[in-house]
Amino acid sequence: MSNENIKYYTADVLVIGGGPAGAWAAWSAAQTGAKVILVDKGYLGSSGATAPGGTNLLYLPPDQVLRDTAVDLRMNSGGFLSEPDWIYRVLDQVYINLDRIEQWGYPFVRDEKGDAQRNHLHGPEYMALMRKQVKKAGVTVLDHAPALELLVDEHGVGGARGVLRQQNKEWEIKAGAVVIATGGCAFLSKGLGCNVLTGDGYLMGAEVGAELSGMEFSRQYAPSAAYSSPTRGRLLGWATYYDEDGNELGGDRGGDFLAKRLLNGGSVYAMMNKADTPEKQAILRSAHSIFFLPYDRAGINVFTDMFPLTLRYEGTVRGTGGLRIVTDDCGTTVPGLYAAGDAATRERITGAASGGGAFNASWAICSGTWSGEGAANYAKKAASTFGGRTLQRAGKYGLKAESTTQAVQNEAEPIISKREPTDSKGTATASNVAESDVVIKELVKAIQNEILPLEKNYFRSETGVQESLDILHELWPKVQQQKVESIHDVVHAREAAAMAATARWIYTAALARKETRGKGLHTFAEYPEQDPNQHHRIIVSGLEKIQVSYDTSFIDKVEKYQELHKKEVQTK
Amino acid sequence: MIELVSDSRCIGCNMCVKVCPTNVFDKTEYVPVIARQEDCQTCFICEAYCPVDALYVSPYADEAIEVDELLLANEDVLGSWRKTIGWGPGRVKIASIDQTPFINRILPEKVLKARGISDVDSPFGR
Repeated sequence: MSNENIKYYTADVLVIGGGPAGAWAAWSAAQTGAKVILVDKGYLGSSGATAPGGTNLLYLPPDQVLRDTAVDLRMNSGGFLSEPDWIYRVLDQVYINLDRIEQWGYPFVRDEKGDAQRNHLHGPEYMALMRKQVKKAGVTVLDHAPALELLVDEHGVGGARGVLRQQNKEWEIKAGAVVIATGGCAFLSKGLGCNVLTGDGYLMGAEVGAELSGMEFSRQYAPSAAYSSPTRGRLLGWATYYDEDGNELGGDRGGDFLAKRLLNGGSVYAMMNKADTPEKQAILRSAHSIFFLPYDRAGINVFTDMFPLTLRYEGTVRGTGGLRIVTDDCGTTVPGLYAAGDAATRERITGAASGGGAFNASWAICSGTWSGEGAANYAKKAASTFGGRTLQRAGKYGLKAESTTQAVQNEAEPIISKREPTDSKGTATASNVAESDVVIKELVKAIQNEILPLEKNYFRSETGVQESLDILHELWPKVQQQKVESIHDVVHAREAAAMAATARWIYTAALARKETRGKGLHTFAEYPEQDPNQHHRIIVSGLEKIQVSYDTSFIDKVEKYQELHKKEVQTK
Repeated sequence: MIELVSDSRCIGCNMCVKVCPTNVFDKTEYVPVIARQEDCQTCFICEAYCPVDALYVSPYADEAIEVDELLLANEDVLGSWRKTIGWGPGRVKIASIDQTPFINRILPEKVLKARGISDVDSPFGR
């Protein structure tokens, strides 16, 4: 099978994904002396939700009162699904890492007292710096090298396979441990930097038996210019809202205001006239500069002109669900497989509320650091105990090498080696693979039709979500029938499969939570209240048939915290 | 979406081919071409990295438009994003003058905060 169209590598740790979490994972694994390879679908430094814009961080100085308050607020807003010790450990770790970022030369601004303001990072600067540091740490970086599937044996995960999409080649990396840091899933909704986030890591993980947790907490949309991508909601705090005729929209602006206005093709306009002095306008411009770019280029003065808004779906990127992690070093339930950043569930620190903006960015740094170190330690043990490994390719969905090989007929050599059909659990066998006539874009559109519309996913109802889930289940076999004509199609077909799977996990988990918990990341019209009997996390797993189970392992911790907290309040 | 690779400005360094997260460009013998415009996510990052300001990303994420290179050049739109973030020789990086940590000082009295709608929260909410 070996040929010049496949590049083979070995490493102690393979990190899949080059956003902040992947960068930190690779860096921290390399610090232990491990041999590390990082692969990214795009480019380490520009890929992901952080790189194009910027991000706020959950960052507090080591002041116990401040930190206690932050933990307390989040425990409440997260519907008591988060764990206090995990929030504290993020606060500790992120403090260390941001100090490191400053030492590496990130130019944090200082306030009047001379204190570095480390609670915001400018995306291009931050990620360019991370690329530099990761490479300096000795990590081998493969850009434009999307991972397509994991490699497994009886010990667990032992590497991955993918393509070098700018070279028409494949890669195969054997590694003692793998960190999945592929981000969340935003279903190609064109929110800033989010189109690389298609749930690829969830699918790879699920194919080797990893579980997902918190997928129901994914009812998350971001306002952007109706015609453009930058999603910086915070600046709309300076906006007044209008209808299309320029009438100010008064009344109740809280709650579901924007979503209600935009429902079923409605419209809403904004004007940032609350930034009413040149000084204020200058501050905002230098704060979130990318917010202004699409307006400036369209000839709109946001401070004096009305501009149309839309809501772009952010899925699990700023929702909280992802691969379930069960160890302090972000190990999944599958040996050798770790998860970091938005690819992992963030419930342990965010609970049922969004980590968007601040928590997720700090989580990426911390979970990256912990998973990289954990994976490196695991790989050392693996190397000394497992001996020679016979690894199998675990990819089953949206990967049809036969048709790919035919499709790239202009190439002298087939770019994808022929795959043996797998028949474990009746999936993807040659016999049940129908004709490859499904157009990838149409399949993606069909998935988006069930997951993007506000009326289906923002204003969730049990009956509506059930209806969408039924449609998605019907679509599922089509991921095996996608027409693939180029190496780019190979990647997109796999993305479509990952999005189809993710949408099904989201709605399956949603239907298992018949309540509204936390800050509204999941809600049902039929169940507007929080139900004390549903104080658990919801775990989904599997692909053909999705299993649901309930996790209450964190409850003792939460109850202890609540008790202690009650006492403290009483003594005050 | 990406609309322009300027033939006259491009030096063929292929930086855009390298950094585009969604692999929109293809390398050629001469200047890179926009090979998969439909995959562009309008993230503007290619412009930030282009050393000679040869690229233009239009703000329209969902539709292709006609652009006039001469007009974009004359109005200093080409290279404007790179200039804004302070990349390039002799410029001040926006990261070093970032006002984000201070924007709560100029908050208006009443602020919209919608459930399930993204915002950039401080650790304390707002």
